[in-house]
Amino acid sequence: MKSAATPTPYTLNHPRWYRKRVSTYWWLQRWEYLRFVLREISSVFIAWFVVLTLLQIYSASRGPNAYGDFLEFLKNPFVVALNIISFFFVVYHSITWFNLSARAMSIRVGGKKVPGFLISGPNFVAWFVISGVIAWLLLRS
Amino acid sequence: MADTIKLEVSRYSPETDAAPHFQSFEVPFRKDWVVLDALNYIKDKQDGSLTYRWSCRMGICGSCGMLVNGEPKLTCATFLADYAPQPIRVEPLRNFPVIRDLVIAMNDFMRKLQKMKPWLIRKEEKPVSEGEYLQTPEQLEAFKQYSMCINCMLCYAACPVYGLDPLFSGPAAIALAQRYNLDSRDQGAKDRFPVLSQHDAIWGCTFVGECTRVCPKHVDPAGAIQQYKLTAALDWVKSVVMPWGGK
Repeated sequence: MKSAATPTPYTLNHPRWYRKRVSTYWWLQRWEYLRFVLREISSVFIAWFVVLTLLQIYSASRGPNAYGDFLEFLKNPFVVALNIISFFFVVYHSITWFNLSARAMSIRVGGKKVPGFLISGPNFVAWFVISGVIAWLLLRS
Repeated sequence: MADTIKLEVSRYSPETDAAPHFQSFEVPFRKDWVVLDALNYIKDKQDGSLTYRWSCRMGICGSCGMLVNGEPKLTCATFLADYAPQPIRVEPLRNFPVIRDLVIAMNDFMRKLQKMKPWLIRKEEKPVSEGEYLQTPEQLEAFKQYSMCINCMLCYAACPVYGLDPLFSGPAAIALAQRYNLDSRDQGAKDRFPVLSQHDAIWGCTFVGECTRVCPKHVDPAGAIQQYKLTAALDWVKSVVMPWGGK
């Protein structure tokens, strides 16, 4: 006789549960996700600017001719286009980074939480001041 | 103003359906009704087989989380009037397996929550005769925000990392671990460290920030995770600079 007491084994993930696969294009489905993915992709353009700066220093160290070649390389329309795109991504990256810094840091002074704008604010101020000084150095002639 | 509103409700029967489908219901439109009231109306008057979770209908039990027009919401706090006259689409929370209609399986979340040891850990319990563990208002303030979590799992439904990597501990579990880490009465931060400082835990988070945006209790799980990343990183630096330091 079959025992009626045999319990159905407990399965952690029941085969009849419906699971929806995450679409490959999940990041296009919401504006917030797209903004996030653009922020992540901006790191590639940040890396490009770092490489570009290193190349600039390297060519400058190899004398005026090499530096002249480097400047010619910068005039290439493809490089100009890439740098314009990179510039916008770097600006976007910086703004989102400074805004996030306020949320990632919880600083308490005298038991009170320091408001976010006091953390991100100085970052923005430092960014504008340093950019201003560099612009002045480059454009003063 | 129309006197009815259309609800498109996701239905799934594990016995008969291969995948969920939408069923439309016309319910009375009343400006003091929330989506949960409309679901209760459907269940009472139109189709008793409609299955969903709810309990307190006042935003504290965390049972009635669903997707309303694709957005994770507590249905007891989401008014029909905010969507009318357009139809409202109600679906089960994203990123979880669906058991039936609007009911999701929460086993995974419960397991992850338990791993975080979300309770007060003491090295030695002091006897009751010595009284309570006292706390100043400042010490309470340090963790109070994270203690507001009602385990509604809206943050899991909003988190693309959890959707893509089911091993990720997720926002609420980490925020609750942090809630106890920051509690002056707790001494368990070192016990939680090995669970938290994992690729599947804090380091899996890429700071999308959606968990914080959808949180109905303003817990800010994203902030909790980033703050713990800082704690873990500083801990690592300390262990490198001062390997002899008390662990």
